[in-house]
Amino acid sequence: MTATPPAVGPTLSVRDLHLAIAGRRRDTPILRGVSLDIAPGEVHGLVGESGAGKTMIGKAVLGIQPSRARIAAGSVLFDGRDITHLPERERRRLMGRGMGLIPQDPMTSLNPAHRIGAQIADVLRLHLGLDRAAAGARTLELLNEVHIRAPERVVRQYPHELSGGMRQRVSIAIAFACRPKLIVADEPTTALDVTVQRQVLALIKRMQAQEDASILFVTHDLGVVAKICDRVTVLHGGRVLETGATRRIVEAPGHDYTRALIAATPRHDRPGGLLRPVPEALTARLDAEALAYDAARGSHG
Amino acid sequence: MAEAAAVTGAASPTGGTARRLLANPRVVLGGAVLVFFALAALFAPLIAPHDPVEQDLLLQYVPPAWSDKAEAGYLFGTDNLGRDILSRLIYGARVALFVAVAAAAAAGLLGTALGLLAGYLGGWVDTVISRLVEIWMAFPAVLLSIVLVAVMGTGLHSVIIAIAVIDWTRFCRVVRAETMAQKQQDYVASAVTVGLGRMRILWREILPNVLPLLIVLFTLEMGIAVIVEAILSYVNLSLASDFPTWGGMISDGRKYVNQAPWLMILPILCVIALVLALNALGDGLKDALDPVMRR
Ligand SMILES: Nc1ncnc2c1ncn2[C@@H]1O[C@H](COP(=O)(O)OP(=O)(O)O)[C@@H](O)[C@H]1O
Ligand SMILES: [Mg+2]
Repeated sequence: MTATPPAVGPTLSVRDLHLAIAGRRRDTPILRGVSLDIAPGEVHGLVGESGAGKTMIGKAVLGIQPSRARIAAGSVLFDGRDITHLPERERRRLMGRGMGLIPQDPMTSLNPAHRIGAQIADVLRLHLGLDRAAAGARTLELLNEVHIRAPERVVRQYPHELSGGMRQRVSIAIAFACRPKLIVADEPTTALDVTVQRQVLALIKRMQAQEDASILFVTHDLGVVAKICDRVTVLHGGRVLETGATRRIVEAPGHDYTRALIAATPRHDRPGGLLRPVPEALTARLDAEALAYDAARGSHG
Repeated sequence: MAEAAAVTGAASPTGGTARRLLANPRVVLGGAVLVFFALAALFAPLIAPHDPVEQDLLLQYVPPAWSDKAEAGYLFGTDNLGRDILSRLIYGARVALFVAVAAAAAAGLLGTALGLLAGYLGGWVDTVISRLVEIWMAFPAVLLSIVLVAVMGTGLHSVIIAIAVIDWTRFCRVVRAETMAQKQQDYVASAVTVGLGRMRILWREILPNVLPLLIVLFTLEMGIAVIVEAILSYVNLSLASDFPTWGGMISDGRKYVNQAPWLMILPILCVIALVLALNALGDGLKDALDPVMRR
C-alpha cells in the first residue's frame, strides 16, 4: 500500500483491462487484465520489452486506441470517474486540462504545417479561453519554462526547423500547458541522443514536480525508471507481472522476468558490465502462460 | 497567376521550398509559359493590336509575318473574315485560362471536400462516397461533358460546371488516400490528446498538410480543363462562334486548311503549349513538393 492518505483516491486507476484487436476470424488479445493505480503526484513507470502492450495501455487511457481495438472487459477510472467508454465530446473536455500526452517521436508528433507558437497557443485558447495576446504571452512563458532559448524566434518557426530535443521540449510545453492532472509519456526520450535524453528527463521531472502532476511513464529502459519513477509496473504479453515501489523492484525483484530485465539493462555504476539478454526459455514460458490465460478466459465465455 | 505565390506561401514554411521549386527545370519552364499566357490573358485589351471580332473583308487570308505576302500590323495574319489572328489568340487565352481556373477550382472544391470527409471519417461515409466515385468514373468523360453541356445549354458557365461535375472524382480519390495517410500520422493523435474536435482536426490540422498535393492536382486539372474547353468549343458547345476561343478557331480553320493552314495550326500550337506547360508544372511541383509532403 502507498503512503497516500485514504481520503485521496488514485488519479488514474486501470481495472482488469482487457483489450483485443478485432480480426477477420478472431480477435487478438493485446492486454490481458491489466490493473494499475497512480496516486496524485506519482510518477509511475510502465516497463517491458517491445510489444508488451505499454503503448496500448497509454492509448487506452487517453482513449486514442486504434479503431479496431475493442475493450472487452475492465475499466479506466480517472479521478474516480469511469472514462472507459466516454463519448467523444466529453473526452475532448477531459483532454488538455485533465490529461495530456508527451509522445514518443518528437519528429512526427508536431504538425508540420503550423508554426510552433500557434500549436501551443491554440491549446491555451481552446481550454483556458485566453485571447490571442494572452495566449501568445503565455506561450513564451511556457517555452521559457521548458528551457527553450530565444522563444520569440522559436514561436515563428516550423517543427522541421528545430532539433529533436527542441521539439520534445515543445511537446512537453504543450502537454503541461493546461496543467493536467495526468500525463502519459510514451518513451519520451527514446528517439533522442543520449545527452539530450538526460536533459529532457530532468525537464519532465522538474515540470512534474512543479505542477504536482501524475505521470504514466512508458519505457523499456529500467535505467530511466530508476531515475524518475516512484513506482513501477512490469508488463509482458499484456499481463502485469509485478508492481511496486521502484526501489523495491530494482533491489529485490519479485519476478524472474523483472530480474532478467534488470540484468539486460546497462548500468551507470558498472559501465562495461556484462549485459545478458532476457533468456528465451523465460520468454517462451511467459508466452505459454499468456496463451493458457486466453484459453481459460475463453472457456469461461 | 496567383499560383506561384500560393505554392511558396502555403507549402513553404521557409525559403527551402522556394529554392527547391526554382531549382526544378519543369517548374521554371512550365511556370514561365503559364505566366506568359496569363499575362496575355490578363492584359488582352492592352496587348491585342486589333479588335478580335472586327471583320475586314478587304483583308481576308493575310498570311503570317514570315510569309512574303504578309501585311504590316498582322503578325499572325487574318482569317476568312479578315479578323486578326494574334488578337483572337490573345483573347482566346483569356477564355482558356478563365475556364481552366474556374473549372479546376470548382472540381477541386467539391472533390477535396468529399475526399477529406471520406478519408477522415471512414465507415459508411467513405463507403457511400467511394461507391459514388466508382459509378461516376464508369462514364466516358468527354461524352458525358458533351451531354451535360447540351442539356444545360452552351456557354462558359455550362463548360465550367460540366468539367467540375466530371472531374471532381480525380480530386476526391487522391485526397481521400492522402487524408487516410495523414490520419495515421502522430500529429493527429497529438491533436486528439489536446482536445481538438474532429472537424477542427480535419480542416485545420490535416487539410494544410494535404495542400501541397492539392496544388499539384489543381495545376494538372487546369491542363485537362484547357483541352476539354477546346473540344467543347470545337464542337460549338462553348461560346458563340464569333467570340474567340482556341477550339472555335481550330474548328473554323479546319474549313480553310488548304488555303490558310495557319488558321488551324496556330490555335492548336497554343493549346499544346499551354497544356504541356501545365503538365510540366504539375509534375515538377509534385517532385519539388514531395519532400514537403513526406516531412
Ligand atoms: N494498430 C494496431 N493494430 C494491430 N495490432 C497492434 C496495433 N498497435 C499495436 N498492436 C499490437 O499490440 C501489441 C502491443 O503493442 P504496443 O502497445 O505498441 O507495445 P509496446 O509499446 O509495449 O512496444 C503488439 O503485439 C502490437 O503488434
Ligand atoms: Mg511502444
